[in-house]
Amino acid sequence: MYTNKNILKRTDFDLFVLALPAVLLLLIFNYLPMIGIIIPFKDVQLGNDIFSSKWIGLKNFKFLFSSPDAFIITRNTIGYNLVFIIIGTFVSVSFALMLYELGRKSVKVYQTVMFIPFFFSWIVVSLVFSGLLDMRYGMLNVFLEHFGFESIAWYNEPVYWPFIIVFTAVWKGAGYSTLIYYTGLVGINSELFEAASIDGASKMQMINRISIPALKPLIIMLTLFSIGKIFYSDFGLFYHLPNNSKLLYEVTQTIDIYVYNSIKVTGDVGMSSAAGFYQSICGLILVLFTNWIVRKVDIENSLF
Amino acid sequence: MNKTMMKKNTIKHNDNIPNSTSKLLIHLVFILFSLLCVVPFIIIISISFSSDSYIRLHGYSMIPKVLNLNGYRMIFADTGQIFNSYGVSIFITIFGTAISMWCVATIGFVISRRDYKFARTTTIFVFLTMLFNGGLIPTYILMTRILHLQNSLFAVILPLLVNGWSVLLMKGFMRSVPVAMIESAKIDGASELRIFLYIIIPMAKAGIATLSLFSVLLYWNEWFLPLLYIENMKIAPLQLLLYRVMSNAQYLASSFASFNQNLLVKDIPTLSSRMAIVVVAAAPMLPVFLYFQKYFVKGLVIGSLKE
Repeated sequence: MYTNKNILKRTDFDLFVLALPAVLLLLIFNYLPMIGIIIPFKDVQLGNDIFSSKWIGLKNFKFLFSSPDAFIITRNTIGYNLVFIIIGTFVSVSFALMLYELGRKSVKVYQTVMFIPFFFSWIVVSLVFSGLLDMRYGMLNVFLEHFGFESIAWYNEPVYWPFIIVFTAVWKGAGYSTLIYYTGLVGINSELFEAASIDGASKMQMINRISIPALKPLIIMLTLFSIGKIFYSDFGLFYHLPNNSKLLYEVTQTIDIYVYNSIKVTGDVGMSSAAGFYQSICGLILVLFTNWIVRKVDIENSLF
Repeated sequence: MNKTMMKKNTIKHNDNIPNSTSKLLIHLVFILFSLLCVVPFIIIISISFSSDSYIRLHGYSMIPKVLNLNGYRMIFADTGQIFNSYGVSIFITIFGTAISMWCVATIGFVISRRDYKFARTTTIFVFLTMLFNGGLIPTYILMTRILHLQNSLFAVILPLLVNGWSVLLMKGFMRSVPVAMIESAKIDGASELRIFLYIIIPMAKAGIATLSLFSVLLYWNEWFLPLLYIENMKIAPLQLLLYRVMSNAQYLASSFASFNQNLLVKDIPTLSSRMAIVVVAAAPMLPVFLYFQKYFVKGLVIGSLKE
């Protein structure tokens, strides 16, 4: 008979080999780029070598934070995310509470229809929205002209875009997040509602005293996870939906778009690598911070 | 028992009138929102069936006055690109999902094994990738300068194969397999690979199916990586083709004109063909995703609640 030790050793080795492909992939595509965190401190361009280029200290950061871009991209990234969290949560929780009042069949139909935007990529959605917003032929302008108003050059006017962006983000995600909260509601013990109704509670009272408290942990968790990602923007939403219109940058450019443009358009990655560094570090701090809060609220749901 | 039933009934009865109006209101809200979800897509279909001359005169409309197939004719006449892109997208999706599931399932299985010496280390190794990343510029330099993956489909497939979130979900699914089963298989002399293939995979089938769906959606809709790394239109997936069509209204027209030299550019149905290509590219997958929608939610609910 083999010794126990031998079997254990073989187990460890075999399992190591099984995990190897995934480990290697993470090593290459997730860990190797982490070394690149030194890039903003060096004089690196896309063409030259990271290691042999010379150190330039905080020059990139000084340039970045003395440019107006730093403020705009930070404001847009964080500001929109905060609005998405507040309005998105409000809309999907209300939708879930309303769905809960309806019969199974209607729930199924509404859910399916609300899911449609979710399954399309931002590119498809942006092309679809161009059917509405196109300056010459778009439906919105056709309507405006029909009723005697002047048509609007949507892709040139920054005033409208905060609304368009918030609306579209909520519209695209509503089906999904509503269903999450709805699933949470379905999980509530129905005896609670029955008991409340026997005691003569009104619908609003039941919502305030039973449904919302039951959803509270879920709302808190999802909100905290979103806060952890507040330094990252949904690239497709901010890049494709406004058709990458430069005239709208003031209200549509986020950190991710700033960094992307430095690679694809200007080719000067000095300042943008500083922006990327700032994003990564702030993102890390926020994840650690929100996890710390989650642990205080409910240790079961904390990431670590 | 009977008493409570009666009581409930009377209450239901008393509530009946306000209840039905509020229900009506709720239906109204959802009907309006459903329209918001559907109408933009109907407009696209309508544009795709309109003639350009009509659009130039009246703008886009909800229902085409005259059915016109020129937009479709054009994108199928220049058959090369759209079929090519379909092929590329299908290849990326199937190939990517298959490899991804293998990698995620194996590492999920390994870190779910309490008797594995490095289970904890590997879990932390996976987990750290969820906390911190190097950012776009280091990744771009790695992909283009070190791995030389520009204009290769590997640039689209490889980075999306493994991510911490799905590994941890998978680990949760694998944990549901009883330890005793694995142990008895080991006593019978089964290798780890055999255990994985013949015990774990069948037991974790539901979990693997859920994650496969996420992967299919991810690969099918992926446009960021192609945008970064792929310029050669021969290997452009559908999403990149759509991006070209969107960012350059003349893209289809000019490629078509170079294909049919005897055609005047102004006769080419630029506007309707743009939307026809959206319909052809995006529509076929929608019923599939809608059919499986409940699995998408199951996955996320499990993910957000951690089992």
